[in-house]
Amino acid sequence: MTNHWNDLQNTDCALIIGANPAENHPISFRWLTKAKEKGGKIISVDPRFTRTSSQADVYAALRSGTDIPFIGGMIKYAIENNLIQKEYVAKYTNASFIVKADYDFHDGLFTGYDEATRTYDKTKWVFETAEDGTPVKDETLQHPRSVFQLLKKHFSRYDVETVCTVTGTPKQDYLDVCQTFCSTCKPDKSGTIMYAMGTTQHTVGSQNVRIYAMLQLLLGNIGIPGGGINAMRGESNVQGSTDFALLYDNLPGYLGAPKATVPEHATLKGYLEKETPPTGYWSNKPKFVVSLLKAWYGKNATKDNEFGYQFLPKGNKNYSHINLFQAMYKGELDGAFMFGTNPVVGGPNAGKEKEALGKLKWLVAMDLWETESASFWQKEAGSDPSKIDTEVFLLPASASFEKEGSVSNSSRWMQYRWKAIDSRGEARPDLAVIHELALKLKGLYAGSTKSADKPIQALDWNYGSGPEPDIDLVCKEINGYDLKTGKLLPGFGALLDDGSTSSGNWIYSGFYPEEGKNLAKRRDNKDTGGGNFLNWSYAWPMNRRILYNRASADPSGKPWSKEKAVIWWDAKQKLWVGTDVPDFKPITAPNEPGGVGPFIMNKDGVGLLFAPTLNDGPFPEHYEPFESPVPNAFSKQQLNPATVIMEGDFNKKGKNSKYPIVATTYRVSEHWQSGSMTRNQEWLSELVAHMFVEMSEELAKEKGIKNKDQIIVSSARGEIKAYAMVTKRFKPYKVNGKKVHQIGMPWHFGYKGFATGDTANRLTPHIGDANTMIPEFKAFLCDVRRADV
Amino acid sequence: MVEMNLNRRQFLKLSGAAAATLAIVELGFDEKNVYAKTKEFKIAKTKVTPTICCYCGVGCGILVHTKNNTVVYTEGDPDNPINEGKLCSKGTTIRQLYTSKKRLTKPLYRAPGSKKWEEKDWEWMLDTIAKRVKETRDASFIEKEEGITVNKTEKIASLGGAALDNEETYLLAKLMRGLGVVYLEHQARI
Ligand code: SF4
Repeated sequence: MTNHWNDLQNTDCALIIGANPAENHPISFRWLTKAKEKGGKIISVDPRFTRTSSQADVYAALRSGTDIPFIGGMIKYAIENNLIQKEYVAKYTNASFIVKADYDFHDGLFTGYDEATRTYDKTKWVFETAEDGTPVKDETLQHPRSVFQLLKKHFSRYDVETVCTVTGTPKQDYLDVCQTFCSTCKPDKSGTIMYAMGTTQHTVGSQNVRIYAMLQLLLGNIGIPGGGINAMRGESNVQGSTDFALLYDNLPGYLGAPKATVPEHATLKGYLEKETPPTGYWSNKPKFVVSLLKAWYGKNATKDNEFGYQFLPKGNKNYSHINLFQAMYKGELDGAFMFGTNPVVGGPNAGKEKEALGKLKWLVAMDLWETESASFWQKEAGSDPSKIDTEVFLLPASASFEKEGSVSNSSRWMQYRWKAIDSRGEARPDLAVIHELALKLKGLYAGSTKSADKPIQALDWNYGSGPEPDIDLVCKEINGYDLKTGKLLPGFGALLDDGSTSSGNWIYSGFYPEEGKNLAKRRDNKDTGGGNFLNWSYAWPMNRRILYNRASADPSGKPWSKEKAVIWWDAKQKLWVGTDVPDFKPITAPNEPGGVGPFIMNKDGVGLLFAPTLNDGPFPEHYEPFESPVPNAFSKQQLNPATVIMEGDFNKKGKNSKYPIVATTYRVSEHWQSGSMTRNQEWLSELVAHMFVEMSEELAKEKGIKNKDQIIVSSARGEIKAYAMVTKRFKPYKVNGKKVHQIGMPWHFGYKGFATGDTANRLTPHIGDANTMIPEFKAFLCDVRRADV
Repeated sequence: MVEMNLNRRQFLKLSGAAAATLAIVELGFDEKNVYAKTKEFKIAKTKVTPTICCYCGVGCGILVHTKNNTVVYTEGDPDNPINEGKLCSKGTTIRQLYTSKKRLTKPLYRAPGSKKWEEKDWEWMLDTIAKRVKETRDASFIEKEEGITVNKTEKIASLGGAALDNEETYLLAKLMRGLGVVYLEHQARI
């Protein structure tokens, strides 16, 4: 989230799309209710009339997988009706930049496409630059190759008629949404876009998020109270675990993992030169990287050995979830760890993921429960144990309140949890187990003289001498030290690239600025202004609650409006002041060089309406999902041309003649993710006890299905049994004159726990987004029938 | 330890919501008397520890009441500005994470081809796991690829971690990268 939960109360309009917070983030909704009490409006855009829709002022249905046409049409509407915040767009985005003549777009393809590799040559999408490397601009936005004019042209094809025939949205509902949300372009109004996995879990997931951000930039809605682009996180610490880089392509703090396929990455010097932009905050990257290496390799990281850079593994391919399971399925992996995760229920094409686990020699699972994934070899899982040679180690984990440590919520607030009680039975905290395993491994490698064992020997692992790790030492290592004085660092501004500072994750540096002061533990709940609660816990970076808040003031440093002020330039004090920590150099005056651009992480300090970095194009463009009921109305390109297509046998594709119904998965309030945490407790199991599939009255009638009938849902990947839930919440769509049905189902169920049921993900495909490889859970094809026919 | 500012509202809450209501009528807001009267109630004299809900990314505050080595009660933390004491159905039932009879309480081991779990002690489990990791790593470790130092193993994967604490994710990322693991993924992707 660029903003935070409490800030939702400041919004004039919340556009909730690809998410259902009233159901899945229930307590967040109190802040929306407060906004509503103050006259704010709520818009819910969803394939299904959800609990959120029931609280909304405007509801619009859209067929799963059509967010880009939906928002693309809003962009066209805003531009045509002069509902954009012009000065914001001209000064704070790259709308004025001139794109080189190489760039073009024709029939669904941008220039530079190579069909054989399904990739683009991104050097065809670059800006014209002056001799000093700065981009050439036209702040009148009239130049035909200015980003603004190209954008206008690109979305000119997204007229209301075409949009509504593709999305299936009733035209009047669509216009209501356009009108209501675009009214937030006024400087004294703010609109927020709230989204979740309904947005990201598509083959165009990244572009879905991008197009939301583009609309927000055009409306001048980023960096202000009640504005922003706000991803609601489904897990208590999926924010933190992403910040700490439990992802193959990252190192902590969003530093790219070095790759064997990039020749420059062979050395630290080459890596830093290649990956560090000349301007913007990332120009400090060498400080972050070297400080991380010092935190990981301690005294073994010296100037002479590139600070231990060569100890880091370098991958040569995409190791993301789908590829990982495909490799496992092919027998290419020997061992795996699973920390509180349950892919046999939660993974795409879950039947295949279950089979893949059986190809491992060993599997370590750490959990509070005996999950479907840890017991994939059992008869109840449909396996023949005698044929599965995998050795399985299942370790009992402590619950969150049986240990201490911090979690970062969607607002980036890092809140501490104290230990309430000793762990149940022999359960142990993950921290202690990871620590002990590390010590044992280091012990096994201690005497080795092999060069291959140097990296693990060099890993600095000093968290106290007791049997349990000292968590305070872990916290301080994350924050970082001045290694000359041994003092804790006040923040990442103090990091250096000469090996004299350390920090295990630069974006968190500052949460533990001096001995005894872990700011995540703060519990002063006095509102410091604007609902920002600056003394409650700690928000990274540097306790900033509203990111890009420099954009709340005009180029001269004056708030765009009194209502939406956050920070402003105080000429007397020569300081940016306000109700939040400035997300900007606090002493840089507006008229100084670098005094204007609020998007400090980007090279030119502006928001990217044209993003030459994405794999599938600098502008979002509509492509149909991997499995779709209709041809793409916008171009000949049916599927995102840059999406990787997995091998057929591993991932069968369903034809729309055989599987005509669009399906999506969703969650209910009473269960959580793969259900292992909630289906193993009595009360929540009782509240939602059965797997069901929700469908419209019209579809039920066509199929002869009544409410509560047992039905079979089939896709090209498999079949599941469930109860039919016939509701008015789904309605058939009219897509290009054709009737299209959509159904939905929770993905929480498996065969373990108190509440059991078939697993929705047995149906979902192994296909991912062109940038992140996040699977397309939210739009696939299936068919339904009564179980007794 | 935790610094909880016991304001009056929370004091009443800690001493039992039901008790407080009763006491307000009978005792006219005298906090000392309220406290004395609530002793006999179930959650009187419990140890109260603030935590954050382990489910969604809202991050609601919860107070965990423990007594006689069990969790006797949980409630929304009225001081937490995000939820101001409110919780959804999942946060409300968090106590059952402790009390559920389905909780795993012992390390379990499944031998190749076996139909069942066997109970093992932690020492044996972690020693054996460390051995397996070393065997696999040693047999698969790649030091160089086309002249470039790569120091990796492509035969071990690590999955999950979105429910772990920050400190745990940090150590996990550090250990896995330290071992040369490149198949490192978690729920942000799925
Ligand atoms: S109580 Fe509910 S809304 Fe709050 S963090 Fe927990 S799951 Fe989310």
